[in-house]
Amino acid sequence: MTDARQDEETGSALAVALSGKRGDFAVDAAFSAPARGVTALFGPSGSGKTSILRAIAGLTRLEGSVSVGGEIWQDGPRFVPPHRRALGYVFQEASLFAHLSVDGNLVYGARRSPGGVDGELRRQVIELLALQPFLSRSVADLSGGERQRVAVGRSILSRPRLLMMDEPLAALDIRAKDEILAFFETLSGALDLPILYVSHDISEIERLADRIVLIEAGRVRASGPLNEALTDIGLGFVRHPHAAAVLPATVVGFDGEDGLAELDLWGQPVFVDGSGPDEIGLTRRLRIEASDVSLAREPITRSTILNTLRVEILAIEPAGRANLAVLLRLVAESRLDAPPPTFMAKVTRRSAARLALAPGDTLFAQIKSVSLATAPTR
Amino acid sequence: MTIDTSDILAALVLTLELAGVTTLVLLVIGTPLAWWLARSRSLGADVVGTLVALPLVLPPTVLGFYLLIALGPDGLGGLAGVRSLAFSFSGLVAGSVVYSLPFVVQPIRNAFEAMGERPMEVAATLRASPLDRFFTVAIPLARSGFLTGAVLGFAHTVGEFGVVLMIGGNIPGETRVLSIAIFDYVEQLRYREAHLVAGGMLVFSFLVILAMARIGRNIGTVRP
Repeated sequence: MTDARQDEETGSALAVALSGKRGDFAVDAAFSAPARGVTALFGPSGSGKTSILRAIAGLTRLEGSVSVGGEIWQDGPRFVPPHRRALGYVFQEASLFAHLSVDGNLVYGARRSPGGVDGELRRQVIELLALQPFLSRSVADLSGGERQRVAVGRSILSRPRLLMMDEPLAALDIRAKDEILAFFETLSGALDLPILYVSHDISEIERLADRIVLIEAGRVRASGPLNEALTDIGLGFVRHPHAAAVLPATVVGFDGEDGLAELDLWGQPVFVDGSGPDEIGLTRRLRIEASDVSLAREPITRSTILNTLRVEILAIEPAGRANLAVLLRLVAESRLDAPPPTFMAKVTRRSAARLALAPGDTLFAQIKSVSLATAPTR
Repeated sequence: MTIDTSDILAALVLTLELAGVTTLVLLVIGTPLAWWLARSRSLGADVVGTLVALPLVLPPTVLGFYLLIALGPDGLGGLAGVRSLAFSFSGLVAGSVVYSLPFVVQPIRNAFEAMGERPMEVAATLRASPLDRFFTVAIPLARSGFLTGAVLGFAHTVGEFGVVLMIGGNIPGETRVLSIAIFDYVEQLRYREAHLVAGGMLVFSFLVILAMARIGRNIGTVRP
């Protein structure tokens, strides 16, 4: 997991290896991304995420190579200028053209793409991002969140082979953020292209990302599937007060009377609020916060806690003065493509000592709260 | 005594022609110049920027004197075998272009600077080539600068006197513009004609400055 090279599986749509000085720090980053889904570039502010993104777009130049879907955008002396790269770029602040209407903005890139404006795609994008009410409006009359939706739509309509977003929610208030995240979730499921998403906000990444590239001081510290990173003790997400794991599960039933959906998590049932009968068969992301998980040797039946999972302890790590982070793996048959998913429990040192917790133990994880992190995907 | 309006009319037409041609020439050469000055941080750009601004502070007679020499038979035109531009309409246009250059370049340059790099970057990511984005993004976003520059350039050319006198002289129908005509009338003690032209210029200038304020109010408020 911590080895970036390992991820360069065949068929990765985006391959990046860039180095050079940007201002007062050096960038030296290599990573790849699959042909579909959201790859998050995550790291603290000023770690070089934006510099890397800009260099992939060709807006600034670093040494190295960039290729997208087998097409070389940069390699040694070869440097394709940004307007000849089939890319979409959503900037942090809304950057719509003030002299054009919303519709004029939407089709600006589409007009310049091979084949011109695709009416069907335009209709889909307008529906997906709910842009119909804005079309004839002036850009100045839109809210921050609405502007970003138009900017995203504009990028997609130019038919990119790679969509890049540079902290697109950073300038928005919490309500607008939440609203637009829902649009992004739908989008990432609908688009057949790699999406690079830069953020320093882990909650956005928990909702959107499929993979994560951890950037620190201009370098790739780690890269891999989202939940592997979130539950990798060495990477330090565990020590975050709201550390959580994000696990995909399939909706298998819905109890209309209680309003609870049943999801299948590697053969174990999980009951949650927030889904409906129309989602049966779809995949949802379960978010389990480490501080909501408690551990027991025996199954506790007379309790308000609804969800209990059979787990195995993989590792125990210190997390603050009084607490320990316990890395757990779901007890289930390992499938061909992957081992069962991991998540974490935050327990006090005292409880751990009382129960004599040790790696290899099999026990019961009681989960006080499970939330659905994202919109359903097929 | 009746006022001879044909004299005034000829001067008026000539003035408008001169200002119109000068403004067009200035927009054509001023736009790329303003773009370069707005984007380049080189010493060369600072030097050129200073040269462009010089007519703001130089006495028009200084400018006129050098232009007269440059445009005369011993100047650049003479060296190239072209006949002298001094005391001709073309000479007036050349002089006016130099004299009004800062009034056109500066507003356009300011508008390009206020726009920042971002809109051009956005256009680049939307497949627009450098020339394409210059015409479809930079120029429309800087439109208030263009309007201001055009109006100022036109008005300033209408109002020039010293440079015209130095290089144009006072040839009716060729180089005798309104400002020269006023000077002429006053010298000949024809105050009624002088009043007519001077009053007209006053109203014109008032309207120009009022128009500038309205441009600033209506277009300047649109932020890129």
